[in-house]
Amino acid sequence: MSKTYDHHGSLLKTDNKRLRARRFAEYRLRFYGLAAISLAGLALFSLLFSVINQARGAVTESYLTLPVMLSQAELDPDGTGDTKTLLRADFAGLTKDTLKARFPAIKGRSEKRALYDLVSAGAPFELAEWVAGDPSFLGQTVPFRFLASDVTDLYLKGSFGNLVPSTANGRLQIEPDGKTVRLRSTEDDFTTALLGVKRALLSEAAKLRRQAARQNNGVQVFQARADAAIDEQPRDKALAEVVKRTAARDALLTQAEQLEDRSKGTTGTEELSDDNLSMLINVAGGWIKLEELDAAQAKGRVLIPLNSAETSFDTWSFFITEQPESARKISDTQIVAIEELRAAGAVDQVFNWRFFTSGDSREPELAGIWGATVGSLLTMLVTFALAFPIGVMAAIYLEEFAPKNRITDFIEVNINNLAAVPSIVFGLLGLSVFLGVFGVPRSAPLAGGIVLALMTLPTIIIAARAAIRAVPPSIRDAALGVGASRLQTTFHHVLPLAMPGILTGTIIGMAQALGETAPLIMIGMVAFIVDIPGSITDSASVLPVQVFRWSDFPERAFEAKTGAAICVLLVFLVVMNLIAILLRRRFERRW
Amino acid sequence: MNEPKAKITARDVQVFYGENHAIKDVNVDIQHKTVTAFIGPSGCGKSTFLRCLNRMNDTIDICRITGQIMIDGEDIYDKRVDPVQLRAKVGMVFQKPNPFPKSIYDNIAYGPRIHGLAKTKADLDEIVETALKRAALWEEVKDRLNAPGTGLSGGQQQRLCIARAIATAPEILLMDEPCSALDPIATAQVEELISELRANFSVVIVTHSMQQAARVSQKTAFFHLGNLVEFGETGQIFTNPVDPRTESYITGRIG
Repeated sequence: MSKTYDHHGSLLKTDNKRLRARRFAEYRLRFYGLAAISLAGLALFSLLFSVINQARGAVTESYLTLPVMLSQAELDPDGTGDTKTLLRADFAGLTKDTLKARFPAIKGRSEKRALYDLVSAGAPFELAEWVAGDPSFLGQTVPFRFLASDVTDLYLKGSFGNLVPSTANGRLQIEPDGKTVRLRSTEDDFTTALLGVKRALLSEAAKLRRQAARQNNGVQVFQARADAAIDEQPRDKALAEVVKRTAARDALLTQAEQLEDRSKGTTGTEELSDDNLSMLINVAGGWIKLEELDAAQAKGRVLIPLNSAETSFDTWSFFITEQPESARKISDTQIVAIEELRAAGAVDQVFNWRFFTSGDSREPELAGIWGATVGSLLTMLVTFALAFPIGVMAAIYLEEFAPKNRITDFIEVNINNLAAVPSIVFGLLGLSVFLGVFGVPRSAPLAGGIVLALMTLPTIIIAARAAIRAVPPSIRDAALGVGASRLQTTFHHVLPLAMPGILTGTIIGMAQALGETAPLIMIGMVAFIVDIPGSITDSASVLPVQVFRWSDFPERAFEAKTGAAICVLLVFLVVMNLIAILLRRRFERRW
Repeated sequence: MNEPKAKITARDVQVFYGENHAIKDVNVDIQHKTVTAFIGPSGCGKSTFLRCLNRMNDTIDICRITGQIMIDGEDIYDKRVDPVQLRAKVGMVFQKPNPFPKSIYDNIAYGPRIHGLAKTKADLDEIVETALKRAALWEEVKDRLNAPGTGLSGGQQQRLCIARAIATAPEILLMDEPCSALDPIATAQVEELISELRANFSVVIVTHSMQQAARVSQKTAFFHLGNLVEFGETGQIFTNPVDPRTESYITGRIG
């Protein structure tokens, strides 16, 4: 039987080396591609996850419902019922009085200030407007929902840790002892808490030992220096350092040992400071904070008095906070007051519409994104109105009408270069030319829009030129062939066909402009603007600048606001892209 | 003058593409209501010359034309002539069917619209119908005038382009290899159409198919390397060429 194949060999023989290498190369490439896509997907996912997770805190806002005594004599002594008089009345004082009336046991300047901080600085204004809107409530005591402050809101959302229930099995006995009370439990309920405190001592001791180790390093270094020194003077200096550092080291080590000794077993009394986790006892409607603790008994301070004169209680709760008081912005008094209100059903959380409808504020709980959103919208309108027509016209002229010579080549090169100019340079240009020479109002969407239009122009021109160039020349021939002028050919045939591409480029440019911060800072759009802008000449902020500003604020509640603002910015972007897709579809479906 | 007056007269026409001398000293008289075929090997300048007749070469920056081309005794390269008006008078059909990406109706109505040929919608409807009928396409598309022109078959598209060209009522129709992208059946239809169009138009057709030139034309011009080698009655060119180059080309020895 003769061979039917020649130098190529059998096609069924697949185990040759080159074939295997080629297949492996293909698999490898596919793997790289998959890996790249997965990595990109993972990055996107983690970005979205972290932003949304951060923004979660801004979804709801909290209210505290308190009974308000609307005294006719205080608020409207003349009985006019006039809105202006009512609005001018001292509602801030009334709000403080309301809180004091609700928690009469809280005394002392700083304690009271902490109490007032439970409600927002904006709450009195809302109360004023409510009363002014309906003066018939004057002279009555009515419940009013006070907007909670950022600290209250954060606590309710668990940002400062929760109250962790500890064991409370025994019978609690309370005996007054001067300003404090002495507490005793029939079971070993305080032992567990004591163990926790002692564990904290251990980590404190470890910290001291680390410090001692650093001092010991110093001792060795200076000893070596003293040994190596030839002259008297530096040797004495080094030896003095050695002595000093040895003393410091030994002191630290002694302290650490003492702490470690204290941490052993369950004996001894431990004092509780701000750095310890707070221990709170809730009994008979009152709250006691522990100040001293041993295995069998504790000493505590009454934050909110008990509504019972008994000295022995079967039911009581024992809570330990997750963070020590020194590490959180909310004091134990405030926690206790909030818990008290929560137990009374006076705390509620609702969807945070305010965030989407109000302007900027220094108070996180009052701050909203609407001002920046309107600012962005107006700025984008100005940008689009300037950049789109100018960009498309420039592209049409360069592609369809301009002669191809050195001047147009030069222009083309410069347009491409312009696309790479750092955006802050455009801001500088806007500042010196538009604000300085033409007197465009500062911080206004008009100024921002002009600057961003300049920045977007090259992108639009480049994209539009590419789109126009992609229109087949046969269409131009066809139009010219039936006697259309070049203008008619361009506007009736070339431009509609190029429009989807032009729109894509425009949206890319606009999206870039939407997220731009630097040039807007140069023209003053970074100012603190509370009002919602009504026109393109009003002062305004824009979304990315708002994000930038909020991320810089010290209040912790702005973290969530920043996340939420980023989400709004992303939604804005998605909406813009959707519009682009819809427009593309429309233009493509026309034929 | 009993001799029929020439519709198009070209005298000493030279065309340059930059440094390249594409057309050399072409002199030709094209009669009204005849079909004139331009034949010749690829790159001989026949398409270039055709595009000179309605100044389509104006769109090419580096193209330069000297000499004189007269239509109805008027120099079309005179400064006063508007190329747009000229192209309304001299229609053109291209090698590749190039309907606008619009409906069939709009494809044909576009020319009449921009030239203001129809006053009312009814007028426009009539122009569209007449053009489609003369292009022998009416029966096939009358029920779907709003369908996109690009959805038609290749032959239909080319007839649509012819209908579009004649809708503006030109006097001369230039065709640049109109059948090169078509199958034999569509080609036969277009050729039949050309013969019918002769009753009203002067048709100038560039073709690579000598059989086609023989079938549809009365006059034939043979171009070679930018020169008009021979021009005469089609029958005479194909049966008894004067120039040896023409004979070589027709018998298939060059080109």
